[in-house]
Amino acid sequence: MKMVKRAFSAVPALLLGASPAMAAWSDINLRVGVTELSREIYGLHMLILWVCVAIAVAVFSVMIYSIATFRKSKGAVAATFDHNTKAEVIWTVIPVVILVAMAVPAAKTLVKIDDARGSELTIKVTGYQWKWQYEYVDHGVSFFSTLARSSDEARQLDSGIDPGSVEHYLLEVDNPLVVPQGRKVRVLITANDVIHAWWVPDFGMKKDAIPGYINEMWFRADEPGTYRGQCAELCGRDHGFMPVVVEVKPQAEFDAWLEAQKSARQAAASPAAQTAQSGNQIETVAALRVANAE
Amino acid sequence: MSTTHTQAHGHAHDDHGPARGFKRWLTTTNHKDIGTMYLVFSLVMFLLGGAMALVIRAELFMPGMQLVDPGFFNTMTTVHALIMVFGAVMPATVGLANWMIPLQIGAPDMALPRMNNFSFWLLVAAFSLLILSLFMPGGGPAAGWTLYPPLVLQTGDALPLAIFAIHLAGASSIMGAINIIVTIMNLRAPGMTLLKMPLFVWTWLITAYLLIAVMPVFAGAVTMLLTDHFFGTTFFAAAGGGDPVLYQHIFWFFGHPEVYIMILPAFGIVSEIIPTFSRKPLFGYDAMVYATASIAFLSFIVWAHHMFTVGMPLAGEMFFMLSTMLIAVPTGVKVFNWTATMWRGSLSFETPMLFALAFLFLFTIGGFSGLMMAIAPVDFQYHDTYFIVAHFHYVLVPGAVFAIMAGVYYWLPKWTGHMYDEKLSKIHFWASAIFVNVLFFPQHFLGLAGMPRRIPDYSTQFADWNMVSSIGAFGFGLSQLLFVYVIWKCARGGRNVSAEVWDDARVHGLEWTVASPAPYHTFDEAPVVK
Repeated sequence: MKMVKRAFSAVPALLLGASPAMAAWSDINLRVGVTELSREIYGLHMLILWVCVAIAVAVFSVMIYSIATFRKSKGAVAATFDHNTKAEVIWTVIPVVILVAMAVPAAKTLVKIDDARGSELTIKVTGYQWKWQYEYVDHGVSFFSTLARSSDEARQLDSGIDPGSVEHYLLEVDNPLVVPQGRKVRVLITANDVIHAWWVPDFGMKKDAIPGYINEMWFRADEPGTYRGQCAELCGRDHGFMPVVVEVKPQAEFDAWLEAQKSARQAAASPAAQTAQSGNQIETVAALRVANAE
Repeated sequence: MSTTHTQAHGHAHDDHGPARGFKRWLTTTNHKDIGTMYLVFSLVMFLLGGAMALVIRAELFMPGMQLVDPGFFNTMTTVHALIMVFGAVMPATVGLANWMIPLQIGAPDMALPRMNNFSFWLLVAAFSLLILSLFMPGGGPAAGWTLYPPLVLQTGDALPLAIFAIHLAGASSIMGAINIIVTIMNLRAPGMTLLKMPLFVWTWLITAYLLIAVMPVFAGAVTMLLTDHFFGTTFFAAAGGGDPVLYQHIFWFFGHPEVYIMILPAFGIVSEIIPTFSRKPLFGYDAMVYATASIAFLSFIVWAHHMFTVGMPLAGEMFFMLSTMLIAVPTGVKVFNWTATMWRGSLSFETPMLFALAFLFLFTIGGFSGLMMAIAPVDFQYHDTYFIVAHFHYVLVPGAVFAIMAGVYYWLPKWTGHMYDEKLSKIHFWASAIFVNVLFFPQHFLGLAGMPRRIPDYSTQFADWNMVSSIGAFGFGLSQLLFVYVIWKCARGGRNVSAEVWDDARVHGLEWTVASPAPYHTFDEAPVVK
């Protein structure tokens, strides 16, 4: 009931456009992000958006002009023409030219996205219903990352907890992925049960996590900070509750963090290591698939 | 002598009409009866699928889980889509085809009337199964309408029911398509060459070929799901040497033509209505036909743009990006030609025209967002977000559904012999046109800001626009009750209309040469087209 009341009190504010959050451009547009790729993608997005807006203004103007001018109620008499070859050729050729102009920069970015060579750190991401596993493959560090307890409690049906009171509601995890700033990080993505998709909007990319496949993507985050995303492929009941959180740290801090992880793991034969053991069989199949594909 | 006999015969039919009661509808082979049944069926499904959409929008009204379990939420998104695609939009266009194609080409009926009856009743069986699947142990289908494995194989007892429902609906569509092709190829009035056919007939002819080409592919895909689940095959299971991505390729080889199956008849309807209310012939008729055929051809070579994030090779991504961008050319030709049809016309704004104009503007917006997501690198951001949801709802709701509503208002006086309530129909139009934008436009913002699709709850940053969208959804949903009332009222009575119904409609199609309401049997003698 409290929820309903709160909802209704919000309606007038919305109708008046009074909510300050609505004014923010970042709330209605793609994020620029913090990687070279995300900035290029944002640029392409804005380019095609403005091309579409320009065409829309032109086409809609003609439509609106026709609707306003050629009205029977204003005594307009219909012309009888039913084609005009010159006009038809023009409005077939112009779109082709615009499309070619769009395709060139898009193709360039696509090639760049595909090039994961020269990476400095490799992380294997495995999707599970409903959590992520992160493995620093060259360092023997691996752990699971699940929805933070505070969000998990609040998201239960009729929990009575106001989501607004939970910090980073649904976008917080217990163990975030940690990566170094300014390094090319290669991410190998797979899944252990159904298909998931690993997505951090600020890095500009998402990729499906598919059982039996190892997909590849890369990013180089320029600015330290915490970046949040979500699983982007329907993966069952709790699909909405497996966020991705990545902390980007300066190299020195990252190294210290990695060392701490390693020693913590050596101290106790961790359950995570055992899980990795039992996961080996599936990894073998996956590796075979990749080998066959190549 | 024989002429007299034919006329007497025709009159006799007009007088006694069809049998009465339920048996008439169960056994009818009359294209008008079957068309009506298809249309009523699709309206019922539209309301049912709409109710499910309202469950979705109610849960998404604000952050937090208030109403339903996340599993049931997934069932709602899945079954809402299956019902709207296969139960509402497709049967509505088939219903219009049944009613109007014989009337537009001067044929006495569909070529295969018994199969026509069978294909309708199969559809009823199909959707009974699908709705039954909601009550199975383990819940209804919840893997999304795309039914991707391995997730879909986690479905409980609902899985075989949903798959058989798809088989039956597919068989029904294939039969409908065969019937339409045979009718158009064989029963055209003397003098009606292919390039004199009304655009609605043309778009349906092409749609029918698409249906025959892809429905069996879909049936094959879901049959493989069935054997994977029950008979130990591993078509789509990596652990057994299968490939989950193979399913996606097969599905979208069906799925992309499928979206044109829904939109091409809508193009046809709009191409009928804009000339009538512009009092001017359709601009660039030949170009419209060729553009439709080009779109149909391209629909077979663009499917993987639905799968840019599965990890295709670079060459694959490049090919599907470029082929997808090409679709903008014939689609643009269509939009320009509709605009040119209005240019220097004499426009009036009856309800069918209003819906057709809303289609023109709003479908074009859906086309623009489609072009944006053709750009593969940017689609890595858009994919599986609300931006996609906004895009396909713009092309399907103010696109296909508005065109169907335009068609219903356009031909309703021909079917019933009465004019619909003009005032109420205009209220229905304005309410629908405004709320559909309140409903779907903010979803562009949500998607760009990073909200994934198919989630039952969301981070608080998405709260404002979700609330706006939900308000739009309830407004749009309620407006459709008015649509039902207007149709009901028009069927019951209203101002009698002439055979032509609209000013000089006679020049725009043969359907306006027969009486209103259209007699139970029309064109016992074929008209001659000059």
